[in-house]
Amino acid sequence: MACSTRACAARPQAGGTDMSEVTASAATLPAAASSTAAPPRVRVRIPFGVLAAIAWLGLILAIAVFADLLRPYGITALDLRARLTPPIGFGGTWAHALGTDELGRDVLSRLIESIRISLLIAFGATAIAAVLGTTMGFLAAHFRGWVEQVVLMLIDFQASMPFLILALSVLAFFGNSLVLFVCLMGLHGWERHARIARGLAIAANAQGYAAAVRQLGATPMRIYMRHVLPNIASTLIVSATLSFPEVVLLESGLSFLGLGVQPPMTSLGNMVGYGREYLTRAPWILLAPSVVIVLTTLSVSLLGDWLRDRLDPTLT
Amino acid sequence: MLRFMALRLGRALLTIALVVTFAFVVLRLSGDPAITIMSPEAPPEVLEAFRQAWGLDQPIWLQYFKYFTAILQGELGQSMRDGRPALELVMERIPSTLALTIPALLLKVCLGIPAGIYAALHRNTMTDRVVMTFAVAGFTVPSFVLGLILVLVFAVQLGWLPSGGQESWNAAILPVIAMGLGGAGVLARFTRSAMLEVLGQPYIRTASAKGVPWPAVVRGHALPNAAIPTVTIVGFMIGSLIAGAVVVESVFSWPGVGRLMVVAVANRDLAVVQCVLLLVAMTMVTANFIVDLLYGVLDPRMRGQAAGGGH
Repeated sequence: MACSTRACAARPQAGGTDMSEVTASAATLPAAASSTAAPPRVRVRIPFGVLAAIAWLGLILAIAVFADLLRPYGITALDLRARLTPPIGFGGTWAHALGTDELGRDVLSRLIESIRISLLIAFGATAIAAVLGTTMGFLAAHFRGWVEQVVLMLIDFQASMPFLILALSVLAFFGNSLVLFVCLMGLHGWERHARIARGLAIAANAQGYAAAVRQLGATPMRIYMRHVLPNIASTLIVSATLSFPEVVLLESGLSFLGLGVQPPMTSLGNMVGYGREYLTRAPWILLAPSVVIVLTTLSVSLLGDWLRDRLDPTLT
Repeated sequence: MLRFMALRLGRALLTIALVVTFAFVVLRLSGDPAITIMSPEAPPEVLEAFRQAWGLDQPIWLQYFKYFTAILQGELGQSMRDGRPALELVMERIPSTLALTIPALLLKVCLGIPAGIYAALHRNTMTDRVVMTFAVAGFTVPSFVLGLILVLVFAVQLGWLPSGGQESWNAAILPVIAMGLGGAGVLARFTRSAMLEVLGQPYIRTASAKGVPWPAVVRGHALPNAAIPTVTIVGFMIGSLIAGAVVVESVFSWPGVGRLMVVAVANRDLAVVQCVLLLVAMTMVTANFIVDLLYGVLDPRMRGQAAGGGH
């Protein structure tokens, strides 16, 4: 399944010429002729959109890492004389480049801190989901029988419930700490990794290399970690990239509803939820975090799509 | 076919049982509901009376058993806040929610599926890229951001449409758009990759090589096979008709099930939360069951697989 007929058949034809989707249609005959002499797959041409996405993600990551250095003010520092100051370009000053909110808190500072918290949650949650899902998938593929049935049942359960509803019930009744929230978000999407890992591991087990190492006496742990996992890793990475934006959206949605990250901590969704009250008087409070959410999820999706097209076009 | 249906039905019932158990575990073991509802400062005899009234003083396994039988009889408890039956509270909200989610579903299907098919048939053209850019944008913009931007533009700036509430029919327009566009993007992507997968299969090449005209190949061979993954995602959308509007209803202050759920969660109204949870589970499981049956109809291979994988 990892290597469908179309994907396998397309690779040799593609050679070194249409490595990127954008150049594929434009670079027809002349490009193909000029590149036949060059060794194939030497240089990958990355489309502009993907480059922009990578640049944006780099910036966002840098902001998240260096948040404490970059933040001009504390996130709870009040400046009551400068309440609801508009941002630069709309009558504001550089003192508060993105304006201030109702309490005179600097929007830029809060935005920087929100980026850190939201990314922390999204990375943590995606990692938990990937590890959990892959482990479950491997367990199902290895033991088959009732273990597989239990895993499949859990997958069914998870897939058959809108996650938001499950998360809402859990959050309200278990209270709301950051650790619990990250773990809860980590439960989102594990079933997709599990499904993929199970399918690919079953397919891999039937292939020569897995059988060969097994005959050589390798332990199941070694077979899965050293041989199967590297062979299916690209698909799993793509699947993680595709679920990362969903986690960002889920976290910001819950925080928007006031049921995610709790004040005084702030996240992107929190800021949007708070800014909603000032939609008419101070739209910048809401627009700044919205733009960050959209650009970030868009960038990860673009990157994920591009990786998928290159590594495993059959994945959805 | 009978065995296939029985297996699927069994699995559906099992999922519902799991949800009931999940609800019970989460809602009962997460803390003493008497204290969360009545506040810890309440006098002990009041707390005791509350526990007795709600059966919270009995052993946990007995509570579970009673809970399960009560649910089987359709008894879902009363709202702890206003004392009315939870089921009634939820039921009276359903029409409002459906008034949003059904038009949104139509928008998703009518926009997403044709766009996906078209993009797949014209892969790597400019149109494909434009459609896919919109599709990606459609689901990377969160529905609450899209909703608020729509409000900012069409309600605040232009004043064409109301920003919320349910007073007039056109109040539904913005929420439906906010919900439908994202889903259309998801569907377009799914449909496109399903179509691409199918178009690369040998039987398509065979059909073309035999001299079957391309439109006939697409209609007769590609579309029916690509329908299978698309049906799955549409099934999921149908299943979430009841609870798919949690965020958007909150943005537009729309008095539906989602709004009720958020308020109930914030107020820790156990009965209402579990009622919504179970109702959502049942619609979801029913939709999945129907999708499974459709699989059997669409793809005869699935019947054999299900029977073979069942033991």
